[in-house]
Amino acid sequence: MQEIGYPILSTLIFLPIAGAILISLIKRTSDTFIKRTALLISLITFVLSVPLFSSFDKTTANMQFTETYNWIPSWGIKYALGIDGISVLFVLLSTLLTILCVTVSWNSIKDKVKEFYAALLLIEGAMIGVFCSLDLFLFYIFWEAMLIPMYLLIGVWGGPNRLYAAIKFFLYTLVGSVLMLVGIIVLYLNSGQGSERSFDILHMMTISYPYHIQLILFWAFFAAFAVKVPMWPVHTWLPDAHTEAPTAGSVILAGILIKMGAYGFLRFSMPLFPEATKAMAPAMMILSVIAIIYGGIICFGQTDLKRLIAYSSVSHMGFITLGLFALNTQGIQGGILQMINHGIVTGALFLCVGMIYDRTHTRQIADYGGTASVMPIYAAFFMVFTLASIGLPGTNGFVGEFLIILGAFTASKTLGVLAATGIIIGAGYMLWLYQRIFFMETNPKIQGHNDINLRELLTLVPMIILVIWIGIYPNTFLSFMDASVQNLINKVNTAGLVQTAQQAVEVIK
Amino acid sequence: MMNIVIPDLRPVTPEIIITLSATALLMLELIFKNKGIFALIGISTAAAVLYAMPMSYGETFFAEGTAMFISDNYSAYFKLIFMISLVLSILISVRYIQRQKAEYGEYYSLLLFAAAGMMLMASARDLILLYLGLELMALSTYILAGIKRHDIKSNEAAIKYFLLGAFSSAMLLYGISLLYGLTATTDLYKIAEHLKATEVTATLLLSMALIAVAFLFKIAAAPFHMWAPDVYEGAPTSITAFMSVGPKAAGFAVIGRVFYIGFENIQTDWTAIFIGVAILTIAVGNILALVQTNIKRMLAYSSIAHAGYMLIGIIPGTQESMSAMMVYMLIYAFMNIGAFSIVILLEKGDEIKDYEGLAKSHPLIAALMLVFMFSLTGIPPTAGFIGKFNIFMAAINAGYTWLVVIAVIFSAISAYYYLRIVMNMYMKEMKEEIIIHPSISLNAAIVLTVLMVFVIGIIPSIVIG
Repeated sequence: MQEIGYPILSTLIFLPIAGAILISLIKRTSDTFIKRTALLISLITFVLSVPLFSSFDKTTANMQFTETYNWIPSWGIKYALGIDGISVLFVLLSTLLTILCVTVSWNSIKDKVKEFYAALLLIEGAMIGVFCSLDLFLFYIFWEAMLIPMYLLIGVWGGPNRLYAAIKFFLYTLVGSVLMLVGIIVLYLNSGQGSERSFDILHMMTISYPYHIQLILFWAFFAAFAVKVPMWPVHTWLPDAHTEAPTAGSVILAGILIKMGAYGFLRFSMPLFPEATKAMAPAMMILSVIAIIYGGIICFGQTDLKRLIAYSSVSHMGFITLGLFALNTQGIQGGILQMINHGIVTGALFLCVGMIYDRTHTRQIADYGGTASVMPIYAAFFMVFTLASIGLPGTNGFVGEFLIILGAFTASKTLGVLAATGIIIGAGYMLWLYQRIFFMETNPKIQGHNDINLRELLTLVPMIILVIWIGIYPNTFLSFMDASVQNLINKVNTAGLVQTAQQAVEVIK
Repeated sequence: MMNIVIPDLRPVTPEIIITLSATALLMLELIFKNKGIFALIGISTAAAVLYAMPMSYGETFFAEGTAMFISDNYSAYFKLIFMISLVLSILISVRYIQRQKAEYGEYYSLLLFAAAGMMLMASARDLILLYLGLELMALSTYILAGIKRHDIKSNEAAIKYFLLGAFSSAMLLYGISLLYGLTATTDLYKIAEHLKATEVTATLLLSMALIAVAFLFKIAAAPFHMWAPDVYEGAPTSITAFMSVGPKAAGFAVIGRVFYIGFENIQTDWTAIFIGVAILTIAVGNILALVQTNIKRMLAYSSIAHAGYMLIGIIPGTQESMSAMMVYMLIYAFMNIGAFSIVILLEKGDEIKDYEGLAKSHPLIAALMLVFMFSLTGIPPTAGFIGKFNIFMAAINAGYTWLVVIAVIFSAISAYYYLRIVMNMYMKEMKEEIIIHPSISLNAAIVLTVLMVFVIGIIPSIVIG
């Protein structure tokens, strides 16, 4: 395991949080200084996260960069951090997207600037905390704490219907989360087999829970993760939240926050309840395929730009959960890669929408048309992201979706075929959207707007680089997860065998 | 000739201190015109009580073999909560009662008397002493609720509280007398002994139910909660803060003592009652809070809901769950009085719409209120989360998972009304100028409570275990 001279994960979590506190101490009137401080902190955080990329040991499935301290000894709660091949990329994506969120909000946030950047940095810290926690209690703290700044982000700086969207987001997520909390407590109370009770997930993974408990806990955790993903039929908060959130909020939501649900399945549900996971995988895959097709078809009926992309997220997240619950290497690797891809592509699309919204102040598709002739550079960027979203070969979307469908085919031919139709639907609504916005007659409302400026260009460039990098050489990223995914699959697949073997031994006795 | 024995008064020292101080305050009113000094005396008294507490452990025997009064860890913990709520209530009162033109010397004296009553309740091992403590507390709070003499709402609150309170006291007495008829004693331990030797009769269950009703009235559990919203709304806000914590904690203290010791034998019977009451309380509190437009009424329903969560700590009856309930009470004292101190800080803060645009005009105050609201919801990293987590864990450990599932769902629903305050503060525009009345004592209370909400939330080890 590679070691770095300082507790890197704690730094990544608490630097943004400290930054948020610092920002809240700055004088309210000095907007520019606030923005520069936020940018600086997010840049430093990103730079500090780079060692995770360069010093990560890809050959092991063990946790790396671990930190462990006792926190609440009487409950066996530790402050335990660590990352493996599943989580490392999400940490990097979080630090990157936060920078872009700062730059894209530079001119569009004018009210309560201080609170905005403080909330953004708090979200960053909590997000990284979620991906790094190796203690269920600690994980839950970050998971829930993130709701507060996110609620404010949607509710304070969002669109006209923001109050409704914010409370809906909060309540949906909270109901799911508290059920998981009950699950966590049950898990903890059952974790004392042969040792002290603890919330340590690495310790919990060594215990095999009875099947009926696994099944109940699987659904308790499902409540939290499915809402977050969001899976059909608990997805209805997402279109509202995405649509009403400010650009930075939409980017965070699409880029990281909804990935936490899928990440939760990978990190907790699968290794902790392997037998339940296997038993429930077909149900999960069916829900995923419903989300893919339903989400896609709904997109055709949308008149609001952000809402359309939001529903496309439902469809894309369906692909991701489909891949994960195919429970084979291709599926899971594709699922994880597609989480990153979707974060990049949908994040970028929301950035693009935010940029044009700053100019036109409308999200209605009908208000656009002929944008390509007015803003050619912008149109080119949007084209790349559209194609990546569709999954054109050469872009990152293709690699992820290809792996997922491969995995899904191995698990179930019917579902694989149905999922593949989702790609066609996706091509349909995205290209139609592109046509309505960028081609056809120039809408008077578009006339006379400037093309994107340098700040906006620099915001989109990293995304373009990633889209093409992953599209052409995905192995840079896939290689991170090889060992961890293999380990996870072995765990899920052998869990039942151990049980069967034990039963066999009992029969023999 | 009667044999007069002076009993060992050491265990009662804290109660003696507070009663003497309360009496002295009544006299001092004639001498001092500046009421600030009264607050100071009140706070010093609380400090003296806490200082005297560790050396007061033991029992006081008033007659041969009969201990009426017991001072142990259990009572000491509750007395700590009483003193915290007393000190915080005094701190938030100082300027507020001046503003409300209710600055009487009796105000502080009655607060101390109420606290003395609660302390007696927490320490009573005899039903008669328990009743005396309860009445001392109740009578003091009746007057305090109506201390804004010229305000009709305050009068109404006092009358309502008095009438319903008297009714519940009567129930308690009826229950006690039935119990006395069955067991020929009022000592809890002897009652328990007696009940073990006899069969469970309908009369016994009736007396248990009557006593339960009286206590449930004091903690404002549904369906005996009707008084709470009206009284909380009408009473001066500083008294509302006090009432939402002190008497409630005292109610829980006696429930624990009477039911675990006295009615140990019929635990299954009263557990069944408490389960029903807990579910109803959580449901009624949270659902009715959703539709309130007055923040004091909303906090009243919220405090009803919180009583429901705490009842979940009573039900399993394990050591773990009882201590979880007590920790919850402590945390609740900080976050609830904290929320009320923000209400007091505002010149006009009674209506929920008064908070519109607060984040724009007073960002710091809005941020503090936000912390209290999220803590009451139970969102980490605040103390409210630790309290709920603790209680839920104890209940699940005792096998009440289904009860906890109901509780957490309602707890998620509660987010709606707490967030409405946040929404008004942060997401709506200011309608009229918001005037605030900061003062050293009020600021001290706010800083103290918000600090505790965070410290307990992040380092819970200081209150658990």
